[in-house]
Amino acid sequence: MSRLLLSRRGLIRTGSLTATGLALSGCDALFDNPSFRKTLESAEDFHRVSQRALGGEALAREYTKADLSPEFRANGSRTVADALYRRQLAQGFAGWSLRVEGLVERALDLSLDALRGLPQRRQITRHDCVEGWSAIGEWQGPQLASVVTLARLRPEARYVVFHCADLYHARPYYESIDRLDAFHPQTILAWQMNGAPLSEAHGAPLRLRVERQLGYKQAKFVTRIEAVASLAAIHGGKGGYWEDNGAYAWYAGI
Amino acid sequence: MNDAETATQPDPGAIVRRHRLSTRLWHALNAVTLLVMLMSGLMIFNAHPRLYWGEYGANFDPAWFQIGSGARAGQPFGFVQLTDTRIDTTGWLGLWKDPEGVVQRRAFPYWITLPSSYSLAAARIWHLAFALVLAFALAAYLLVSLVNGHVRRDIHVTRREWAPRAIWHDVRDHARLRFPTGAAALRYSVLQKLAYAGVLFGLLPAMIATGLAMSPGTDAWAPVLSEVFGGRQSARSVHFLCAAGLVGFFLVHMAMVLLSGPINQLRAIVTGRFRLPGGRTARVEENQ
Repeated sequence: MSRLLLSRRGLIRTGSLTATGLALSGCDALFDNPSFRKTLESAEDFHRVSQRALGGEALAREYTKADLSPEFRANGSRTVADALYRRQLAQGFAGWSLRVEGLVERALDLSLDALRGLPQRRQITRHDCVEGWSAIGEWQGPQLASVVTLARLRPEARYVVFHCADLYHARPYYESIDRLDAFHPQTILAWQMNGAPLSEAHGAPLRLRVERQLGYKQAKFVTRIEAVASLAAIHGGKGGYWEDNGAYAWYAGI
Repeated sequence: MNDAETATQPDPGAIVRRHRLSTRLWHALNAVTLLVMLMSGLMIFNAHPRLYWGEYGANFDPAWFQIGSGARAGQPFGFVQLTDTRIDTTGWLGLWKDPEGVVQRRAFPYWITLPSSYSLAAARIWHLAFALVLAFALAAYLLVSLVNGHVRRDIHVTRREWAPRAIWHDVRDHARLRFPTGAAALRYSVLQKLAYAGVLFGLLPAMIATGLAMSPGTDAWAPVLSEVFGGRQSARSVHFLCAAGLVGFFLVHMAMVLLSGPINQLRAIVTGRFRLPGGRTARVEENQ
């Protein structure tokens, strides 16, 4: 009897392991099916549209100095290998400038001083990484809206692309946002963090803050801003490094 | 169930209609959805296997819960850490071998995550798609159940049932595995009602609320969602704890199904038809 029980138990165990294995490989296989995956990924559109409808121009929460993370984790590229960047870093970014081009009436080259001379916004916000961790920091810089207004964004420009000085796993980092986020009051080009110029690990000399989205949208080491009508022709065509190389959603508000 | 119905209660052994179509459909859809949500959620957890209280939390901040790996005298091991207490979980959590025999230093092992090999992006695609199924199916089911009287008649805990003696009685019945027989088997006992109500109105809505609270987009227009939990990282912790609660419910639910006649229960949740138990038990009691 006991042997019978044992074998029955063994049978159940083998059976359930097999069932689990089948279910697992089944799910993985299902995910590789293009139309199934497309259906799953269409949820991203639902999230984007519903967030935009419900959120509109809502501001991300802002905090006080008492809420700051004692240490703000730096992620992604913490250092930039590019020779020009190294030289600029050594010179305190004295000869550095931000190029603004693409679908604008007037292309611009803005020095760090020029960016500091624009009206500034200072905000203490929470940085949420896609991995799950959060850190609170204070950011300061001109609103992106003033920069693109200065360059006179053309009406056909639908996206603003941020090109970065760093290569991440040998590929150029970049990110993009749409007009709505580009003109959002909390979308700034931060050159200062927690009261000091950005450190290299946090994206010196300039990084994007687009506060209602996840960390991978907060492009660091920004050197060039390009206004475009479509993202299709830029790098992998999905609007960002992680979107191209990791199947992460372009809309990162979830 | 009202008095008129109890007056003509069916006999033990009779086949009766047990679960409504809405309950059966939602149960099937929800079973699949929750499994996908749990397994993809565990993969998302693997991307940062630490939990915090408060608004922020990253590697430099103290975690109240952590799954990780380390090395002791050159020997690698996996562990689960709850505040200051560490349990060795080598082979199961934190450090385990994948099907190719390669040692992986990830929190949850391949056989319980979706996808089975590490991909935060793929797990998020599963999780954020099925989250919509979970939320809208739950909303629809609760609405239908309010309208058709399922909540009022079957789930609502009456004042009499709230009496500590009544609850204690049901606890003892469950502990002795004495399940209701005859027409009484058509009603949920108070513990069942509390469990189902806890899932329908507690755990599942809390999963959705804490899930939304973690979204930086939602946090801008509905900051109250993360504020009520004490911050984004607290909401993430509660999300994980509620998931553990749902797993606990599932285990007890499965145990009860297995102990109370699995074939009959399975038929009832698939076809709606249920054989009233208790003919034999009733006879045994007569003989005593």
